[in-house]
Amino acid sequence: MSATRTTLAAVLLGATFFTAASADAQTLRWARVGDALTMDPHAQNEGPTHALNHHIYETLVGRDQAGEMIGVLATDWRIDPENENAWIFDLREGVSFHNGNPFTADDVVFSIERATSPTSDMKGLHSTVTGAEKIDDYTVRIVSSGPNPLLPNNLTNTFIMDEEWSVENDVVEPQDFDAGQETYAVRNANGTGPYVLAAREAEVRTVMRRNEDYWAIDELPVGPAEIVYTPISEAATRVAALLSGEVDFVQDVPVQDIERLSNEPGIRVNLGVENRTIFFGMDVGSDDLDTDDVEGANPFADLRVREAMNMAINREGIAQVVMRGQAMPAGIISPPFVNGWTEELNAYPEPDIAAARALMAEAGYADGFTATMHCPNDRYLNDEAICQAAVGAFGQIGIDVNLVSQSRSLHFPLISQEPPQTDLYLLGWGVPTFDSEYIFSFLYHTRDGASLGTWNPTEYSNPEVDAMIQSLASETDIAARDATIAKIWEQVKADTVYIPLHTQMLAYAMRESVDIPVDAENQPKMKYIEMAE
Amino acid sequence: MIAYILRSLAQGVLVLLVVAFIAFSMFRFVGDPVANMVGQEASLQDRQELRERLGLERPFPMQFVIFIGNAVQGDFGISYRQARPVSDLMRERLPATLELAMLSALFATVAGVGLGVYAAIRRDGFLANTVMTVSLVGVSLPTFLIGIGLIYIFAVELRWLPSFGRGQTVAIGWWTTGLLTESGLKSLVLPVLTLGFFQLTLIMRLVRSEMLEVMRADFIRFARARGIPERTIEFRHALRNTLIPVVTIAGLQLGSIIAFAIVTETVFQWPGLGSLFVQAVQFADVPVMAAYLVFVATVFVIMNLLVDITYVVLDPRLRGGRTLAK
Repeated sequence: MSATRTTLAAVLLGATFFTAASADAQTLRWARVGDALTMDPHAQNEGPTHALNHHIYETLVGRDQAGEMIGVLATDWRIDPENENAWIFDLREGVSFHNGNPFTADDVVFSIERATSPTSDMKGLHSTVTGAEKIDDYTVRIVSSGPNPLLPNNLTNTFIMDEEWSVENDVVEPQDFDAGQETYAVRNANGTGPYVLAAREAEVRTVMRRNEDYWAIDELPVGPAEIVYTPISEAATRVAALLSGEVDFVQDVPVQDIERLSNEPGIRVNLGVENRTIFFGMDVGSDDLDTDDVEGANPFADLRVREAMNMAINREGIAQVVMRGQAMPAGIISPPFVNGWTEELNAYPEPDIAAARALMAEAGYADGFTATMHCPNDRYLNDEAICQAAVGAFGQIGIDVNLVSQSRSLHFPLISQEPPQTDLYLLGWGVPTFDSEYIFSFLYHTRDGASLGTWNPTEYSNPEVDAMIQSLASETDIAARDATIAKIWEQVKADTVYIPLHTQMLAYAMRESVDIPVDAENQPKMKYIEMAE
Repeated sequence: MIAYILRSLAQGVLVLLVVAFIAFSMFRFVGDPVANMVGQEASLQDRQELRERLGLERPFPMQFVIFIGNAVQGDFGISYRQARPVSDLMRERLPATLELAMLSALFATVAGVGLGVYAAIRRDGFLANTVMTVSLVGVSLPTFLIGIGLIYIFAVELRWLPSFGRGQTVAIGWWTTGLLTESGLKSLVLPVLTLGFFQLTLIMRLVRSEMLEVMRADFIRFARARGIPERTIEFRHALRNTLIPVVTIAGLQLGSIIAFAIVTETVFQWPGLGSLFVQAVQFADVPVMAAYLVFVATVFVIMNLLVDITYVVLDPRLRGGRTLAK
């Protein structure tokens, strides 16, 4: 026994001599909740996957940290003067891939075709693109089935691969699960970007080294010589890793830790608006609901009920209490930097329970009714708590809500299925194109079974609105297009199809010697970051 | 003996099949993997096509038969989340989990037996009582809190030990080990303490009560009467007789340490099978979940078999075939 005690004491004593390894000033250790799913740039259309790939691969056009569109591999772009269905891109010259192959128009044509092929996850974004043609070595034409004013906006996450490399390694097409084996591109990468993939252990560690031959190495800081990217799924561990100096930058900071971290010496916290608005949706079109206690009628179909619900919600309360200040109350389901958002549209009603009750009585529901609300519990910041707050608010106006909170894998199919399996639900929506059309066509247009209305399980169907939404897709006159956008917003806001809650805020925490601003797309780009010597 | 082992093996295979079936039939409650696999722009038609490519549209019995057929050949399919063969993922993750589990079991057994014996011999001593009280904390505190607490003390405040990950590892063939590097060893300390703490207190309490029992037995009294030194009685005679039930419990506990390192692995971002499973559940990555559950069942079947065999070896009374049949 005394031997055991001695051993134990020795272990504890030995521990005192361990010291945390000091960080190399040129290495940036970056932690966030999840890993990129694959290095294949067209296999997954998912935020963290794109965020990592942006360091290795590049797109024709991209966004800077503030969300402004900029040329990356393209220097200029315009609608083809001879064909209004096509865009012409002038390509940057003198760029080469990490393996030394030169970047040319062939690679762009190849990548566009790959991104629109059947096994690509990017094809949904490019459903109207019919093909790409090489005009000369540094000019490319991308053709759509009709006029496509937003084509460049859709290209900001469509990465360009090297055709030769892809053919050599048999990754001409994104991975198909039928094949039953992984492809070379899942763990290997060859882009034109500022960083070269040095080591990749999925879910453990991804190491990238600075590409010293990067075409913009003289124009941009490209500060970190090395980036070590580590997924840490547990929130408390992630924060502990930053506090103990084992990582330099934590992207997903838990809401409850923001204040504590801001007060911690040596730690910097940057805040910004995220590209995601949280809202409730409900079945406004069906004749009867499955989950309510009203027979033969759908209370949500009555505009007055929806207005009453909209009035019952205390948005500022939710933002202050549930979100601890990390939310911006919203009056429409769009973040502020999206084309079409205005201060007036974003106005929301003050919570007014008496007026809401009056509206309910007017609609014939003075005694209220019961309904079931579906809510994810692992997708958005404090999603379940938001729903609980809303259940209380709806209860005050007589709507007795039965809350079902579950994992996103169970929640989202309820919404995306046809027919939808939910009458009242919470959803969050981001707008990668930074244009309202993206919101309209997925959330307001009638579900057509193909690509329109995929996320509109509300049965809201307004032929006039549908026609206006469709006209946006091909309207190349920007002023006329913006006018239509404004008209659509007015109409759908008046119809109270959704009950907007807030736009999420983002917090990045890092050691004080680096300063990484919150990226509008939540895709921090280390090429803009300086490292203190 | 051989017949006995064969019978146990047959039972084991049956258990595996039942586990696979139950696990498989529960996957539909985990959710729809397709929702996680496609981007938000995917059309209903794209989703349907992917469902068909993944074989999710087939009737459940057929999916199960295909799964078993492939699993027998060692093919557990492709992870929906990582797009890599599940068997590769499991093989990469196995060393991390085994290393953690083995060291935890070793720590729990050595420290548990030592402290248990001490607490039994000095049953009224101040230190022994303190140890017993502290052990209550180990039994009642959830692993999660112990882990976070250790991280806070040793990583954030004292900065002696890393808070997450496995440190640097050395590859020996397909096996990776953290035992050969300084950072690997440092990284092991906190997870091993966290994972082993519950087992430690369990073994310690077991050893103590068994030891107290044995010390009251007649043969100890006779040994004392013969004038054998107290130390020899305690360690040669009493401890040896105490260990038989302890071996059983420790063996079975090793199975659960391997299988249920999930919480510890999640807290410490330990790249083992447990964290692989947690990620798979969140994503509804059915192939990974199925393979993991079959793996856990296999571990338990093997552990049970080994414990049964050890019984026979340890206890001559069990060697008659008839007794075993019962």
